[in-house]
Amino acid sequence: MTTMTDPPKAEGFRIGQLINDTRYRSYTFQFIAIVALIFAFSWLAYNASQNEQLQANGFSYEFMSAPAGYDINQQPISYDSQDTHLRATVIGAINTLIVAFLACVTATVFGVIAGVLRLSNNWIISKLMAVYVEIFRNIPVLIWIIIIFTVAANTFPPMSEFRLPRDGSDPTRTLLFGMFAATNQGVYVPRLTLGDTGWIVIATFLASIAGVFGMRSFARKKLYDEGKVVPVLWPSIAILIVPAVLMQFILGSPLGVENPEMGRFSFDGGILLRPSLIALWFALSIYTGAFIAENVRAGILAISRGQSEAAAALGLRPGRIMSLVVLPQALRVIIPPLISQYLNITKNTSLAIAVGYMDLTATLGGITLNQTGRALECILLLMLFYLTFSLIISAVMNVYNNSVALKER
Amino acid sequence: MNKSVLFGTLAFAGLAAAGASAATLDDVKARGTLNCGVTTGVPGFAEPDSDGVWQGFDVAVCRAVAAAVLGDSDAVTFVPTTGKTRFTSLASGEIDMLARNTTWTFSRDTDLKFDFTGVNYYDGQGFMVPTDLGVASATELDGATVCIQTGTTTELNLADYFRINGMSYEPVPIETGAEAVQQFLAGACDVYTTDRSALAAQRAGFENPDNYMLLPEVVSKEPLGPLVRHGDSEWFDIVKWTLYALIAAEEYGVTQANVEELASAPGDNPEVNRLLGTEGELGAMMGVSNSWAKDAIAAVGNFGEIFDTTIGESTAIGLARGLNAQYTDGGLMYAPPFR
Ligand SMILES: N[C@@H](CCC(=O)N[C@@H](CS)C(=O)NCC(=O)O)C(=O)O
Repeated sequence: MTTMTDPPKAEGFRIGQLINDTRYRSYTFQFIAIVALIFAFSWLAYNASQNEQLQANGFSYEFMSAPAGYDINQQPISYDSQDTHLRATVIGAINTLIVAFLACVTATVFGVIAGVLRLSNNWIISKLMAVYVEIFRNIPVLIWIIIIFTVAANTFPPMSEFRLPRDGSDPTRTLLFGMFAATNQGVYVPRLTLGDTGWIVIATFLASIAGVFGMRSFARKKLYDEGKVVPVLWPSIAILIVPAVLMQFILGSPLGVENPEMGRFSFDGGILLRPSLIALWFALSIYTGAFIAENVRAGILAISRGQSEAAAALGLRPGRIMSLVVLPQALRVIIPPLISQYLNITKNTSLAIAVGYMDLTATLGGITLNQTGRALECILLLMLFYLTFSLIISAVMNVYNNSVALKER
Repeated sequence: MNKSVLFGTLAFAGLAAAGASAATLDDVKARGTLNCGVTTGVPGFAEPDSDGVWQGFDVAVCRAVAAAVLGDSDAVTFVPTTGKTRFTSLASGEIDMLARNTTWTFSRDTDLKFDFTGVNYYDGQGFMVPTDLGVASATELDGATVCIQTGTTTELNLADYFRINGMSYEPVPIETGAEAVQQFLAGACDVYTTDRSALAAQRAGFENPDNYMLLPEVVSKEPLGPLVRHGDSEWFDIVKWTLYALIAAEEYGVTQANVEELASAPGDNPEVNRLLGTEGELGAMMGVSNSWAKDAIAAVGNFGEIFDTTIGESTAIGLARGLNAQYTDGGLMYAPPFR
């Protein structure tokens, strides 16, 4: 029996050990996996290199500097059809980021509200939120995008009803408050105009925001160091608004609002939110919002009841218990899954193609690819773009996560 | 998701390599069916009828080739393609030929590595508007919202036309013809632009065609024809000469009704005899049976018959022959000699 417990004698290495010996087995399998992976990739690469079109034209990105030849409707930076494919690609990338940013913000708002309300003691509200989460989470986002797009196209009144009839009579519909119009060609909203010195007003406003943060940390310091409660709400609002308004007044109202105005076919001026943007933005927000709601709920439930009971015993009001005790701790649970939801939104924006939103997939991966036939080049570049976006978002969110994570002292 | 795109591309590239190297004729014969790329549905050109059988002007070309090669015009698998997917389908070998109102252009022929086997419809790009838009000419369209299909020559011509005329427009990019029509009818765009033949075809299917009109301008040349992959000359010849056989048949008065009779014995016209295989070995020269042209004509009729029954003046679409008449009638349809 004693031989059983003896350490194995160093009797040299046998081939069978590669499979039987736990010390080597994992290396064996990793090695096999790597060889298989290398083989698969070289087969794919070889196959691609045999592609007739690639062989004839070579692998090159020269086409990116040729004129694109097509027009893009949503142009965050100026563009016309004589600009290069590269510029069209950049426009697409910016459009992707625009809708991703908008959807991340609204999805978070929806998610936090629904997540918190789902824990509400009010039966109807909590059940309503449960229904929202279950319905939106369990139907594919592509379907939501198409549903919202179709609904928008068919429920918003046609543009023709806003046009000035040629017989001089009044149009069937006019702008709401002279500012807004929801038509089936898009929603028109007023646009901020800067004027010559408008940037000074904006800069003042940004400085005020910094000022509010400064004043809040001053108030907190006062509270912790001296136990004095300094009022923050009204001073904050004043700091935020008064300087900018004063500046606007002093400089003679450089900041203005440009309302949409009826032209020959559609409104001129203002900002046009195209149905494709609205459908994509809204669908991604409500869909991902449902997932975020669950993350928020999980985060809050992860904080033991004892915490809020202890806080209540100290005499804190429910709102403060939430904001000072529960949420700061819950954030640690909420942030990591939130990062992946933001990544999901960014990648899901590529569904834009279903409604003709001119994002990166529609420009570089769509029209450019199609008109130039450079499939491999375009798709590789497309992947690089999405990969970069995703890594940047992860990096930024991880910085934030570290700032709320448990600090070990 | 990104990973699957990578694999998709590489697999696509791989398929392309496989597709281009093999002889298409052998593949089609071995398979017993022809894989023919068509539109996702344009009335008169390619659309399944109420029994699910594909019918139309472009479909007839597919059927004629199937009849010429396999002796059976029903031995066709129709693969619906959009403006965007059609070239990938052809390059990857998923389809053997594409007959989908596709414009013959320089870069498609050279850079994209395809070969156009001829033209079955000489067309040009036009504009359709609702009559109550109050527009009589395309030059009045400054500022209009325009529905276009992506991946087409249409979107490039449109950009050129508006730029050259110093006008602006709001493009609404759309994937398929059916969606474009839906958006146009809903008023989500003021103008719908594509090849004039397709405009006429789709307008014929509207509930109230009279509420819509085509503007007079023709802003481009759109020679539409079938195409195959570059690099397989035998297959290219077969598709090309099948189309010419249909055109020549009209010129010489060979019809679906009289083709069997004319093919039963040599007649007075040696050209017809060679075409129908009663004289010479034209089919063998191409690697198909000697009755290839007879089979094709018997299956779908000659070019004029196809035109008349699918999109011609007696149909709801009501297109006149115009440029698409025989050269003998002042058109551009001209088949080289069969000898
Ligand atoms: N001839 C042009 C346009 C072809 C095209 O896409 N035409 C539309 C006209 S409606 C079509 O066939 N659509 C049917 C579909 O989307 O399947 C080209 O080759 O780029």
